[in-house]
Amino acid sequence: MKRQIPFALVFIFGFFTIFQYFVPHESSEWVYEFLLDWILIIGIFALALGIWSLWRVSIDKINNRRPNWGYSYVTLAGLFLMIIFGFTAKNGDSWGYYFPFVIAVLLVIIMLIQTIKAKGQSKILYIGLALLFLIISILIGYFDKSWSIHFSTSEGLKNTMFQDFFDYILIPILSTMFSLLAFFIASAAYRAFRARNVLATILLVAALIVMLRFNFYLPGAEYFARTSTWLMNVPNLAANRAIVIGIGLGVVATALKVILGIERGYMGKG
Amino acid sequence: MNLKLIVIFLLMLCLGSFALAETNTVNKDSTAVDSIAPPAPVTMFKAFDTPNDHGHSITLNWQLSADDGAGQNSVLQYQIYRWVPYLMDSLTTLRKAMTTVKEEEIKRGHEKVLKKEMRSLKKEYNAVLKELPSAHKAYPNNGYWKEVGKVPAGTKSYKNTGSKEKESQDYLPDLTDFYYRVDAVTKDSTVRASSKVFGPVQCSGQWFNTGRIPVLVAVILFTFLTIYFVEKAKNGAKLYVRPLSGIEAVDDAIGRATEMGRPILYILGLGSVADIATIASFTILSRVAKQVAEYQTELLVPTYDPLVMAVAQEVVKSAYLDAGRPDDYKEDTVHFVTQSQFAYVAAVNGIMLRELPATNIYMGVFFAESLILAETGALAGSIQIAGTDQIAQIPFFIVACDYTLIGEELYAASAYLGREPLLLGSLKAQDYAKALVIILAIIGLIMSNFGWTQFTDLFKVAN
Repeated sequence: MKRQIPFALVFIFGFFTIFQYFVPHESSEWVYEFLLDWILIIGIFALALGIWSLWRVSIDKINNRRPNWGYSYVTLAGLFLMIIFGFTAKNGDSWGYYFPFVIAVLLVIIMLIQTIKAKGQSKILYIGLALLFLIISILIGYFDKSWSIHFSTSEGLKNTMFQDFFDYILIPILSTMFSLLAFFIASAAYRAFRARNVLATILLVAALIVMLRFNFYLPGAEYFARTSTWLMNVPNLAANRAIVIGIGLGVVATALKVILGIERGYMGKG
Repeated sequence: MNLKLIVIFLLMLCLGSFALAETNTVNKDSTAVDSIAPPAPVTMFKAFDTPNDHGHSITLNWQLSADDGAGQNSVLQYQIYRWVPYLMDSLTTLRKAMTTVKEEEIKRGHEKVLKKEMRSLKKEYNAVLKELPSAHKAYPNNGYWKEVGKVPAGTKSYKNTGSKEKESQDYLPDLTDFYYRVDAVTKDSTVRASSKVFGPVQCSGQWFNTGRIPVLVAVILFTFLTIYFVEKAKNGAKLYVRPLSGIEAVDDAIGRATEMGRPILYILGLGSVADIATIASFTILSRVAKQVAEYQTELLVPTYDPLVMAVAQEVVKSAYLDAGRPDDYKEDTVHFVTQSQFAYVAAVNGIMLRELPATNIYMGVFFAESLILAETGALAGSIQIAGTDQIAQIPFFIVACDYTLIGEELYAASAYLGREPLLLGSLKAQDYAKALVIILAIIGLIMSNFGWTQFTDLFKVAN
């Protein structure tokens, strides 16, 4: 029964999705959109599971002093800082005691981490400290009117701290990671274009022609441009389409296998 | 002398002003609008329910005005009008009122008074909506012509598509009588010619999209092929499948990791659970996890999507159970990292360089991160096996990995790994379908070269 119900659900919804493709009627669209909404709902619950998983892995690293365990503190600090910033907003010109509040909340989290690891007397000490910092943060939150907590509105997303951390810390870091791609392309190209055999030499020559098409100062630039256009539009496109047809058939075959219950690996029943 | 000069200057000024006055008169005449004769109206005007759609749309067709591109050549555009009852204006007023209440709710929070007001407005709105069909039937009383669109000269059709959302200002109700007319408009917008009114015409949703019949035929054919070969395999027929080096390398890679005492890193990519490539990757993960459990090697599965993480955890857990080693399964084997593309890359690269896995397996949907991951893996000295259906990323994997499953091979991998007759049967069906596609492509190529497009037209699919 435990196995049959999921397969029955996959069969019903899988066939409905195929059916829906051929039925443009509003009622069929309505059911399809309703099902898509469920993906969002399940996704939000899964996000909570994801954050829990991240917390567990980071705590495990810190507690067992795994290599580079210190970075786990940075991960958790980043996670909780952005949560705090995203749910709070300034009311006037001054931040008041906002930053002591943020530090107090972070200290509560650090103390909780230490509590998990600690034993005996020190465990009680850390619990006490966590409670102390929690009380401090609650008191600041209650009496300080220069900022407020917003759970049900998007006010927190306009918080300058939230935006600044995003714009001036996260975006540059992500851009740096992305820019690494340029160097990796160079090293990968070096490996790919070594003329070890006939096929690799053909690849090298084709790549050179395609690369040189952008150099208009080169003698015979027009020839390179025409040849590279032919390379891109004829052999390259032909191979591309062959792969696309294969992928299309593979997708349909896999979908059918899943719907008909032939393929069960995705449920761990391989 | 000076007096003479002044007199001459004054005379010239006077003559000049006359000349200017003359020029102005000429200019005035030249800027006057030429009288334009009214153009001929469009002919053969008809409106009908747009086929193969969900409703809320009417298609209009007509023959061009005799003065569009010919005759006086004075038609600049066609304006399309629909007759709407005054009741539509009441809907607009109510809609505006509802928007105001919504804005108030955002400002003041969900107050009871506002909720009550919104409920009564919605009730009124729905009551007006119910009266719409009868109000349209009252044509031509209690209504007016409203412009719903315009198209440039030379255009012979227009699709009046409305929204299906009842609260939208573009809402076009189904099963309601509509009346249309098309005006041929000249550069002087007052000089125009209206077509005969066409109506009543109703729109409604269809239960079958006839434009997708070729897809239906292909799906039925492919399903038949799959079932046929699966049944054949069930009856014990031996099915030969071409060996794939990338798949065969999986066993060796797991063995290598066991010998070296290092973990295996399995990356499911950036796809969601709804991606077929990710589903195929789950199947491969299941096989890999089972083998890993048998060999008692460590497995690391950092994930990008929390939903993928939840499914992957279940897959790995079941694989350990199937291998008879449920106790060896650790909850953190499959863990969530982040939903930010390059932050995920940074985390996975960190794992590669810290843990130095013996084998990296990349299966699923990959984007720009593919090369960064694969190159870092190569630097860490891992054996790398990749498979993706993202065409743009395949070259990167080919360059940086030891084995790459190209496109459809990713979907075939689970069948190869399991060697189950049922799965091999579906692979055979895939091969036959591919052969059929090749034959049809060759026939289509020959036919098209001879200008016989009837054959290729058979495969056209409407959206």
